[in-house]
Amino acid sequence: MTQLSRNILLFGAMAGLLAFVGFLQSWNVAFSLLNLCLISAVMALGVNIQWGYAGLFNVGIMGFAALGGLAGVLISSQPVPAALEAGGVGIVGGIIAGLATIVAGIFTWRRTAHMGRRRYWLTAFAVAVGYMIMRMIIDPAVAAIEAVEPAKTGYLGGLGLPIMFSWVVGGGFAAIAAWIVGRISLGLRSDYLAIATLGISEIIIYFLKFEDWLTRGVKNVTGLPRPVPYEVDLNESLAFREFVTGYGFEVVDASSLLVKICYAILFALVLLSILWLSETALRSPWGRMMRAIRDNEVSANAMGKNVTKQHLLVFVLGSAVIGIAGAMLTTLDGQFTPTAYQPLRFTFLIWVMVIIGGSGNNWGAILGGFIVWFFWIEAEPISHAVVDFVTSGLAEDNIVRVQLLTNAAHMRLLTMGAVLLLVLRFSPRGLIPETRR
Amino acid sequence: MDALNALVVLTNFVVVPGLAYGSQLALGALGVTLVYSVLRFSNFAHGETMAAGAMIVVLVTWGLQGLGVSLGPLPTALLALPIGIAGAVLLCLLTDKFVYRYYREQRASPVIYLIVSVGVMFVYNGIVRVIIGPNDQLFLDGQRFILKARAFKQMTGLNEGLAIKTSQVVTVVTAFAVVALVFWFLNKTRTGKSMRAFSDNEDLALLSGINPDRVVMITWILVGAVATIAGTLYGLDKSFKPFVYLQLLLPIFAAAIVGGVGNPLGAIAGGFVIAFSELFITFAYKKIVMYMGPEGYVPDGLVQLLSTDYKFAVSFLILVIVLLVKPTGIFSGKSI
Repeated sequence: MTQLSRNILLFGAMAGLLAFVGFLQSWNVAFSLLNLCLISAVMALGVNIQWGYAGLFNVGIMGFAALGGLAGVLISSQPVPAALEAGGVGIVGGIIAGLATIVAGIFTWRRTAHMGRRRYWLTAFAVAVGYMIMRMIIDPAVAAIEAVEPAKTGYLGGLGLPIMFSWVVGGGFAAIAAWIVGRISLGLRSDYLAIATLGISEIIIYFLKFEDWLTRGVKNVTGLPRPVPYEVDLNESLAFREFVTGYGFEVVDASSLLVKICYAILFALVLLSILWLSETALRSPWGRMMRAIRDNEVSANAMGKNVTKQHLLVFVLGSAVIGIAGAMLTTLDGQFTPTAYQPLRFTFLIWVMVIIGGSGNNWGAILGGFIVWFFWIEAEPISHAVVDFVTSGLAEDNIVRVQLLTNAAHMRLLTMGAVLLLVLRFSPRGLIPETRR
Repeated sequence: MDALNALVVLTNFVVVPGLAYGSQLALGALGVTLVYSVLRFSNFAHGETMAAGAMIVVLVTWGLQGLGVSLGPLPTALLALPIGIAGAVLLCLLTDKFVYRYYREQRASPVIYLIVSVGVMFVYNGIVRVIIGPNDQLFLDGQRFILKARAFKQMTGLNEGLAIKTSQVVTVVTAFAVVALVFWFLNKTRTGKSMRAFSDNEDLALLSGINPDRVVMITWILVGAVATIAGTLYGLDKSFKPFVYLQLLLPIFAAAIVGGVGNPLGAIAGGFVIAFSELFITFAYKKIVMYMGPEGYVPDGLVQLLSTDYKFAVSFLILVIVLLVKPTGIFSGKSI
């Protein structure tokens, strides 16, 4: 069987699985699965750019995705003029002071190279003074903003623009964060990047959770506008009702199905364009250079390629794609819930997608995204059934049985970990291996 | 008098907790550093190894408590510790046999090890949660305080109290003993010396007839023991919750890197550096300002450099500074 027919078979099987869910459960469930599969596939593409093209290990995927979500809030939620009036100036002043602090720190550090040990103290002093000034400006502003109708707003709000803009902005946010992390940790030991991304993603998520003036924190931002029609409007529209009843559908089912299909089309468009861009990049001289760097850094360096610079570029690009996916996720949910970004759990899921699908192959990453998300969702009922069966010999109230049944949900993590280890060991090239060019 | 009161506040909220937390981080970082120096990868599964070892200790402690065994004022968990260590060591050795050994024979690149260790982390994570569940588990017993705040106030006549928990003293003493033992082992015994030789120069060590499999085995035994002790001490001091061990990973890595990865002494120093910076930066200095500042002046806020919510940001900040200024760490560990 050739590689191509094998791939078609694999994707066909995936489509079959989704169709199976559609016939067996409902098409609504199938399409909500499909939408999340599409988003997962975009994230997997981003990780594949980092890992597959360059061998960079990013443990902070959820952090970058959360930044995309933040963009969703900042772009599309309604502005809160009262809050802006109360603390807008203070926030801007604080941000300027913060940036000035960083500049002052760098300036002092660069200018005091000859001073020996005093250099550390002077730099620390400059940063500390700047930080205190920033806090003095920003703290009252934050308090003022959070006091504006805390139950309804209590945050700055956004720009009130269509949420689709946030997909681009979210990518930008993630790219900026990635640039900072990459600039610090690339060019050093390879595992420093992994540890640094672990750190930054934790901090981003804590920041989004606790800075109420920006994101409402754990109070969540809900009711973000949609790029597609609302079910309620469809249900009330006479033309739509006549149209679907003409084909013998229930109006309520049909409207929610239509909304999901609209989302699926939008997401598929994004997925396909990113896929096209990265395939083109892979075939270009730049892609050839990236593969050369990945396969042998030393000789690529000897050929005059700046390895660290290219790594930084690829890390930023990959993170931007993850940020776009994060913004898409917020768009689909219509709300921003910082607590939903569990740092390592979902990061890990994306990793499993890339490895199973076939690292270095974009089609593989997409297939991995679909398969892993599908089974992640469907694994809960399956694992429950398995535990129930295994312990069926024990009495109903046996402590071991009760314990295992209540914790069966965690079997998913264990299974995914085991699957990752098995694939890495026995089939490290994945379902759709990288093509040798 | 005011100065004394301020000092007591600082001791109570920073120095004593810092010593305990620092010991826990130091032990954790020691484990990471040992894996790094012999097996040459950053072990992301270390936090979960701590959780797994501590979990066995918790289960055995419950069993002992059920039998009515106790250590008097000391926590019963100390009795359960050897069984926990045995369990964690077994887990590490099995993992090595079935997972890591293959990649060692392949001479895989460090980043592959990294991914593999993340996979191992999730398997451990799953095992722990399936067995004991994701919730808080209490297993501390015995006397809670060695010195109570009120007793201290009566004793000294100061306004501020100083409380010392039994778990804090147990932590510091145990950590000190373990570190002393590990250093004695590494520096004085033949096996320890062969481990250091292997870590310094693998090829030369092989040439002088050191058995690599044995070195690796001893390393995992040490790592399993140190991880279980660190995990149990943390659980005694705060509480046992599987999720926290995931969060501890960042401070532990930061501690190992600050001290210099691969350098055991550095790991100890790094643990205390991270713990004390975290506490000093997130400490609310309001009371100190009240005592030391001008008479009758009460500051508006808490006078906190960074809110406690961001304590993990401190480890990251220190990590960033070290990476920017001196990537090899204070004690110059391995940089490749």
